[in-house]
Amino acid sequence: MKKITGILSLVMVLTIIATGFSACGGNGDADKNTLVIGGIGPLTGDYSTYGVSVKQGAQIAVDEINAAGGVNAIKFELKFEDDETDATKAVNAYNTLMDDGMKVSLGAVTSGACIAVTEEAKKDGILLLTPSGSQKECTQYDNCFRICFTDPQQGTVSADYIADNLTAKKIAIIYDKSNDYSVGITDKFVAEAAVKGLEIVAKQAFTSGTSTDFSAQLQQVKDTGAELVFLPIYAKEAAFILKQAKTAGIAVPFFGCDGLDGILEKLGTDNQALANGVMLLTPFAADADDTKTKNFVKVYGEKYNGQVPDQFAADGYDAIYTIKAAIEKAGINDINAADFNTKIIDAMTQVTVEGLTGTMVWDESGDASKDAKAVKITDGTYVAI
Amino acid sequence: MKKNNLNIHNLITYGIVVAAFLFVSILVWTGNASRHLQAMLVPIGLNIILAVSLNLIVGFLGELTLGHAGFMSVGAYAGCLFAIKYAEILPTAVRFPLAMIIGGLVACVFGIIIGVPVLRLKGDYLAIVTLAFGEIIRSIIINLEFTGGASGLKGTPQNSNFYIVFVVIMITLVVITNLVNSRAGRAICSIRDNRIAAESLGINITYYKLLAFVIAAFFAGVAGVIYGHNLSILQASVFDYNRSIEILVIVVLGGMGSIRGSVIAAVIITALPEMLRSLADYRMLIYAVVLIAMMLLNGSQKFDKYKGRMNIGGLFTLLKNKKSAKEAG
Repeated sequence: MKKITGILSLVMVLTIIATGFSACGGNGDADKNTLVIGGIGPLTGDYSTYGVSVKQGAQIAVDEINAAGGVNAIKFELKFEDDETDATKAVNAYNTLMDDGMKVSLGAVTSGACIAVTEEAKKDGILLLTPSGSQKECTQYDNCFRICFTDPQQGTVSADYIADNLTAKKIAIIYDKSNDYSVGITDKFVAEAAVKGLEIVAKQAFTSGTSTDFSAQLQQVKDTGAELVFLPIYAKEAAFILKQAKTAGIAVPFFGCDGLDGILEKLGTDNQALANGVMLLTPFAADADDTKTKNFVKVYGEKYNGQVPDQFAADGYDAIYTIKAAIEKAGINDINAADFNTKIIDAMTQVTVEGLTGTMVWDESGDASKDAKAVKITDGTYVAI
Repeated sequence: MKKNNLNIHNLITYGIVVAAFLFVSILVWTGNASRHLQAMLVPIGLNIILAVSLNLIVGFLGELTLGHAGFMSVGAYAGCLFAIKYAEILPTAVRFPLAMIIGGLVACVFGIIIGVPVLRLKGDYLAIVTLAFGEIIRSIIINLEFTGGASGLKGTPQNSNFYIVFVVIMITLVVITNLVNSRAGRAICSIRDNRIAAESLGINITYYKLLAFVIAAFFAGVAGVIYGHNLSILQASVFDYNRSIEILVIVVLGGMGSIRGSVIAAVIITALPEMLRSLADYRMLIYAVVLIAMMLLNGSQKFDKYKGRMNIGGLFTLLKNKKSAKEAG
């Protein structure tokens, strides 16, 4: 019974001491003119693809800027912390980064974590620019901005795109009821579909707990005779759906949003053919013809073992260049200046950034306005349509 | 009898917590605490409350439940919905404690609803049913409109802080240690040790089981409310079975039936992955290895003997023995 003891208490005290003092030496970089940009996202767990992509994309941008001599003599440094998609851990990560001298935050990669971080960033008054936090509240404060589309935007744009460019009129939806991203898109999609004269013949929900067997939902979809299946979900579940749709004999096209990005990786090398004909709405296509994208894809592949960047990597890359643009616009040349935060935040609504994910401008709400591109997967690559 | 209620063993536990609290407070006041440490204090405190309360069921009642996160979520949503509704009307000093009590009581009600039918089950069956309960609660919350569904509940005032958590930890410790040392506590332990013998002595098994279950649920609910007031977003997805298992790991690691062990293990389990942040990519790997090592060490008899010698309680006994030896001499 009385198992517990001096040793464990000693460990506890040491634990506290170690964490208490570990960060004391962390502010050394503040004297130099190096801007510490802090990123937070899932580097482990189910959604780690997104965090890793953002981190790698942002790192490339930081390296490029530093190689070119920085901005107004300011060098960039990226520090990225894991949050395992958990809000508490994201706040811990945020505070770790503040200890490390962070001046600009990339918020968090996933929405829930990002919302928790906005609260902290508001208290500190620093610029928060999330690459991929798509829920509305991710930019709820004046110092918060985002690179990606919001969930409602994606729902509306998807419905518009299907109605205007495709022949399908009977749409089935399979969505993740336990996921804010999925629910947000679905709600707006249904509303916009009604306006555009699309018929929603099936709306099948699943929750992340049951996300490996979709035979029931697919059977429903098949029975309704849908001409297109809308998948406003993440790639992990979509990979199961594609595999099981083939078994169920469903041959209609699938249409998804940016969460579907990464589907090829999730399907694995043996099943690439399953993704043929899948369309997705994404602001970034790795096979686009412009030199910027080509360069980025090339550098990314060289640096990360031949990986092909997805939209999240592009979002991360654009976020860093947006920070650069804001610094240039505000004419900041000393990151330790007292008015650094106000200047850079004010500049955010004045900049225009031509990024990988389109040409972006920001308004007071913090949302970027830019065009969506639709791509179709053909033989394991994204082809713009 | 009275003397036993506040025995030295419990006083040492309180002492450790108070000492740790004072130590950290001094760090914070003198500006020596990193922001990372300060952010970790509330989550650590929450895990202490959760582990100590779960220990009542797992350690003292001897039943395995995996639904603690379920009670936590029920309490969190009840307390936070109340707090959001009265955010403008009531001052924080009234609203926050009230929210905690409401969260705790709602969790109690669920504890009774679940407990009455479920506590007839034993062992694995109880574990499975409570696991299912936690998952059902989570699914319901996700599918309801007023809880914010999957996107989470936003707008709870951020009132949690280290000092409030400390007060709640102390209340939890005092209530649970005293309960364990009381008549009811001995009845609860007797159910664990020999159910048939306990029953033959006329102990009302269902009543005492339910009592332990409901009290544990209450504190889990209170912890949930504090959790909800610590972040600006409350997502049902955090209360999945992994959360319940995390709490169970703390209890098992600290030693079932050892309150002080739960406290210490809660600190270690919460702080460890955060401390390993500097290891970057190897963080979760090392964390898992350390956990396995600690579990093995905890189970080893050699280490147990060594621990026995190094025990703070043992030190007191040693001093006492010396004193009595002197008196005798």
